[in-house]
Amino acid sequence: MFDQDQLQFEMVQLLDENGNGDEKTLASFSDEFLVALYRWMRKARVIDERLLKMQRQGRIGTYAPFGGQEAAQIGSVFALESNDWIFPTYREIAACLAHGLPLAQIFRYLRGHLSGGRTPEHLNIFPIQIIIGAQTLHATGCAWATKLKGETQVSVCYFGDGATSQGDFHEALNFASVYQVPVIFFCQNNQYAISVPVHKQTASRTIAQKAVAYGMKGVLVDGNDALAVYKTVKEAADAARNGGGPVLIEAFTYRLGPHTTSDDPAKYRNAEEAEKWRQKKDPLHRLRVFLEKRGIWTEGEEEEWVAQVNGEVTAAYEEAAADGSGSIVDALSCVYGKPSKLLQEQKQEAARRKQGKEGK
Amino acid sequence: MIQAINEAIRQEMERDERVIVLGEDVGKNGGVFRATDGLFEQFGDRRVFDTPLAESGIIGTSIGLAVNGFRPVAEIQFLGFAYQAMDQLAAQAARLRFRSAGRFTCPLVVRSPYGGGVRTPELHSDALEALFTHSPGLKVVMPSNAFDAKGLLISAIRDEDPVLFLEPMKLYRALRMEVPDEPYEIPLGTAHVVKEGEDVTIISWGATVPLVAKLAEEMKEKGIDAEVIDLRSLQPLDIDAIVQSVEKTGRVMVVHEAVKTNGFGAEIAALISERALFSLSAPIVRVTGYDTPYPVPSVEDEWLPNAARIVEGVQTLMRY
Repeated sequence: MFDQDQLQFEMVQLLDENGNGDEKTLASFSDEFLVALYRWMRKARVIDERLLKMQRQGRIGTYAPFGGQEAAQIGSVFALESNDWIFPTYREIAACLAHGLPLAQIFRYLRGHLSGGRTPEHLNIFPIQIIIGAQTLHATGCAWATKLKGETQVSVCYFGDGATSQGDFHEALNFASVYQVPVIFFCQNNQYAISVPVHKQTASRTIAQKAVAYGMKGVLVDGNDALAVYKTVKEAADAARNGGGPVLIEAFTYRLGPHTTSDDPAKYRNAEEAEKWRQKKDPLHRLRVFLEKRGIWTEGEEEEWVAQVNGEVTAAYEEAAADGSGSIVDALSCVYGKPSKLLQEQKQEAARRKQGKEGK
Repeated sequence: MIQAINEAIRQEMERDERVIVLGEDVGKNGGVFRATDGLFEQFGDRRVFDTPLAESGIIGTSIGLAVNGFRPVAEIQFLGFAYQAMDQLAAQAARLRFRSAGRFTCPLVVRSPYGGGVRTPELHSDALEALFTHSPGLKVVMPSNAFDAKGLLISAIRDEDPVLFLEPMKLYRALRMEVPDEPYEIPLGTAHVVKEGEDVTIISWGATVPLVAKLAEEMKEKGIDAEVIDLRSLQPLDIDAIVQSVEKTGRVMVVHEAVKTNGFGAEIAALISERALFSLSAPIVRVTGYDTPYPVPSVEDEWLPNAARIVEGVQTLMRY
């Protein structure tokens, strides 16, 4: 068998599980940056917990929690410019929010509003992808367009360890490398694709090493270390912006919750494993400890912030819940720019029935 | 027809610098049928791309290119290979406008040769149009001659939505006809009455139209006056042209190369039964490929809707 030790990828880490690291490196991060980063991660955690509760209350539909992956998502978005493109899946709610998507829009999506998939015009955020790995090609094509136009945005494609088994993933890495386009393939290896553990997903020791076959740089980073994720993505983005081509980043992390609210992880992983990640490797914990040691974050600020975010969540939910826009007639209007005669007839039928119903 | 297609792409590339061409062997080689011949030389390697050999990759990256400002004209070398790209076509390109509630559109043309009677290896001849007419968000255009091919392709490239442009490879070099030099558009969703007639309506599209038209002329000498309608585009569909003709003749035959069950002929029959049932004086006849995978060359002529099967179908209709 091939000796994979030839493909060694050291895991990039700046902050260990106890909030310690190389002081000189850590000194390069400003107080302001660190507090903003932590605030976003804490905010994301609060939102994730609230969304889980709201799903159980029947206020939103099926939800795929991202708890445990805040450092990977927020750390990566912090490394981007506001006009960079991101290509999220259903688990990238935190990344979408940090890149500017209003929380009320997330609620519209999760409540199944017709406009839920519409991202605001000024944000380069692709609609949330359901088909595993399909967005890797869209991100590649988008970055290709950026390069052809001589613009400087990078495209960041989010996906999980399961997606690396899909053909589209391999086609995307190949195209991206052949055309040297400014795309970052950001894999959150949370170690499970629903129930299937990563060692059954791939015989590769790391996902980062898959880059080698495409003539591309691969980086393995501690996905629960927001500072390491930030630094890794920043370097990749800077390089891509300057014509350095694509990069595959594997952020090694752990999904603390179920795959979705319809999933029971007790069927496929033991509780101690999740508990170990929760107790010892929580991405929020290590950053908070570091901030407290630096004297730039206190328990009081934490409580105040959590209360504020909870207020924002309630307000955003109420905004979305009160939004009555989007009818069946509107649905029939956004299939084509110009609907065919037959579709037009169906639209009239839907409108007639709707009117009749409302007339009663 | 191949020259008309080439000219349409060239003129659109000259008119609009957002139009780019990508696919397998479309660059230096000019395409395996020469549809893109000379484009690489004229527009260079920033407008014409020989891509890696991956159909899903071609369509998936085209979606990203389309969203970020380009108007890709992608080639799938043979329509049978489109199975490799079904998710990107039917679940991604088709749904982008809908999924994003209108924020993103996908102005993408996917050209692909199809059609039988040319002794190809397996999966090179299959007529798969019904798969795509069953995917809301896609348009499906199927020209049957050079003049239509140029005008329809120009319309397709200028369209804001993804268009499957399916080219009958048997007709690429079969018939010569005068095609205007200047660019022109034929609106998608307008059928063409190839021959007017009183006795029976024969509805067809793409590869089978020339044969149907020829047979209609021959039948005229035998006293059967058939009207031939070339749909040109299945999505959007010119339903008015169909109903008008059926109301006139009362007898309908649909001819297509695709397999019979759930072929687009079934949709046409259903639409006629909804809209013009009482104009019919005979059951609708479908002459199509049989319900098998597209067969090997030794039996394909009998498998296809050939002259004997079409004439027999018309005779059946005329007995009513």
